[in-house]
Amino acid sequence: MSISDPQKSELERLTAILREAHEVQGVSLWADAWKRLKRNKAAMLSLWTLCVIVLLAILTPALPLQSPIFQDVKNRELLPPALDSYSLGIGEYDLETDRLRAEARKLEVGSAEYVEIQEAIAARQQTHPIDLYWNNPGFITRGLIKLRLAVFGDYCIPSIFGTDKLGRDVLSRVFWGSRVSLACGFIATLVSLIIGVSYGAISGYLGGMVDNIMMRLVDVFYSIPFIFIVIFIMSFLSSPDIRLTLQEYNIDQIHVFFLLIGAIYWLTMARVVRGQVISLKNEQFIEAAKTIGATRMQIVFRHLVPNVMGIVIVYLTLTIPAVIRFEAFLSFLGMGVNAPDISWGLLVNEGVQVITILKTYWWMIAFSGMALALTLFALNFLGDGVRDALDPKLKNK
Amino acid sequence: MQVLMFLLKRFGWMIVTVWIVFTISFFLMRHIPGGPLNGERVLSEAVRARLEARYNLDAPLSEQYFTHLWNTMRLDFGPSFKLQDYTVNEVLAQGLPVSAALGILGMVFAISIGMTSGVISAVRRNSVYDYSFMLLATLGIAIPNFVLAAMLIVIFVFNLQMFPAAGWGDLNQIILPAFCLGAPFAGYIARLTRTGMLEVLGNDYIRTAYAKGLSPRTVVLKHGLRGALLPVVSYLGPAIAGILTGSLVLERIFVIPGMGSHFIEAAIQRDYTLAMGALLTYTVLLFVMNTMVDLAYSIIDPRVKLE
Repeated sequence: MSISDPQKSELERLTAILREAHEVQGVSLWADAWKRLKRNKAAMLSLWTLCVIVLLAILTPALPLQSPIFQDVKNRELLPPALDSYSLGIGEYDLETDRLRAEARKLEVGSAEYVEIQEAIAARQQTHPIDLYWNNPGFITRGLIKLRLAVFGDYCIPSIFGTDKLGRDVLSRVFWGSRVSLACGFIATLVSLIIGVSYGAISGYLGGMVDNIMMRLVDVFYSIPFIFIVIFIMSFLSSPDIRLTLQEYNIDQIHVFFLLIGAIYWLTMARVVRGQVISLKNEQFIEAAKTIGATRMQIVFRHLVPNVMGIVIVYLTLTIPAVIRFEAFLSFLGMGVNAPDISWGLLVNEGVQVITILKTYWWMIAFSGMALALTLFALNFLGDGVRDALDPKLKNK
Repeated sequence: MQVLMFLLKRFGWMIVTVWIVFTISFFLMRHIPGGPLNGERVLSEAVRARLEARYNLDAPLSEQYFTHLWNTMRLDFGPSFKLQDYTVNEVLAQGLPVSAALGILGMVFAISIGMTSGVISAVRRNSVYDYSFMLLATLGIAIPNFVLAAMLIVIFVFNLQMFPAAGWGDLNQIILPAFCLGAPFAGYIARLTRTGMLEVLGNDYIRTAYAKGLSPRTVVLKHGLRGALLPVVSYLGPAIAGILTGSLVLERIFVIPGMGSHFIEAAIQRDYTLAMGALLTYTVLLFVMNTMVDLAYSIIDPRVKLE
């Protein structure tokens, strides 16, 4: 009895400590960073703005917008913003098809007239306005468009942003343009992320001669004006022969373009990651990984890369706006996205081209320019916020 | 001596870089079908042979490569493919001074506006000036220069009629493009100056300067600014590269006959010799500018070693 008493109290003491320890939540780097980011009002506002922009871009086909490419030069050339209603007219088209179907049902199966009407119906399906208005959309986009037609029918938001030189609705074009611009931002950044992180991590971890050569190469790349080389390459890609060759392999020019942009934005990322990896590679957890027999590749990609993610994310927030801006820049010069694809840079270019001394069609520049500027502005603010949030110097403040 | 070694080493790397750019663009140029001679017009065999001889396209590829390399080393870029009767050198010699004037004025705008607003923001920290300047700076960074240019054209050229729309030669015609060119970099420089100044103004030697009775103006401009200059100078390298690319679009919008216009036109028209000449010129320009920035950096801060 007298022996077990101190033992018991010792046990209680230990359980009490354990319980206390359970209650104390460890604050991870990410939780702390998120907490600090949430306190930054400008960054949070930017984050929400960006979420809305991305969501709208994804859902664009399902929104009640006019066709971004349907031209009506005769009636709707360069109309200023107005609230006149506009109907897609797909309902009438479908009604006519249904009428033909009903007629076919009345006829005898197999008769000459029946075959004729069936053919007409098939032809109408083939040339359905969806393909005309949205340029043969892909599977998911088509589904969203059908959803939009089911929900909103022929209703469209009026041309509150005006129309362009070919009578196309600017509002709808700004929305559809956001898809290409944002997709470019993400895809190209992803490419640069993959190249930069692998290159930097491998170079930093292997060290020695390999590191030396790899980094010298980066130095040389740094002083090559890649923007000019991309323009050079894009001018080759846009030549008719090359375009045909690419089409044979089923490659879209726009995808090559995304990859190209990504492939030139990895240099800074590689340098930063290399620096971090060098400072981390002699830490104990790497020793531990080596003793349990992890291969080099495992050490680099399982143990080192996750630990440099903080700084990588900071650089990502700088890369995304840079890439979006670059895409806009090239499209503006006519070296990037080509019709019928739409991007914000292309829209601003169209706006600049219709400026004349007699009349400035301000709506053609203002809205696409503002969409681009707003997105870049929000990305910049968010980037600043993320950098502050992940900065260890400002931790726990 | 150290400076000389540094310059020699840099020169060596420049040669390597230019050679790489040359080789990449040469093989891109020659290996891709649909060369400059397959235009819309169908050429007769004789004309084609004459043209190929003129542009040295009938020799074997390796011979073409070395001839071209040798010519490029002698700074002879050959005749332009599309601009008849002009050599690439002539076109570049016309465009370069125009672009240089535009770029220098843009840089002057960027540095003067950026540093002034940065210093004011830092000295009047958290005041209305500070917030409005920093908001403007972020706006300047976020808005692409061609969007800015388009908006300014609508406002200043067509509504207020203060500036001519386009062209080159008059001082009036250079202000708007140079401002648009400098605006994003003014934003960056303002932010860098502000951060640098804030760090420097907290130092002991600033307190000493105040304590010995110097006027606030002298303390800020002479002692403070010198310390805050470093991040700005190290930013000049990327800024110069940005100015070079920025001038591509602005020259096109404002119809300025500079290098940028020629390069874009050459790329659109697939005028390979001209595009390549411009590309190599840009490479050299960028390299020389960066070297100068590094030199300036080591002069301002003696702790920085030249490598």
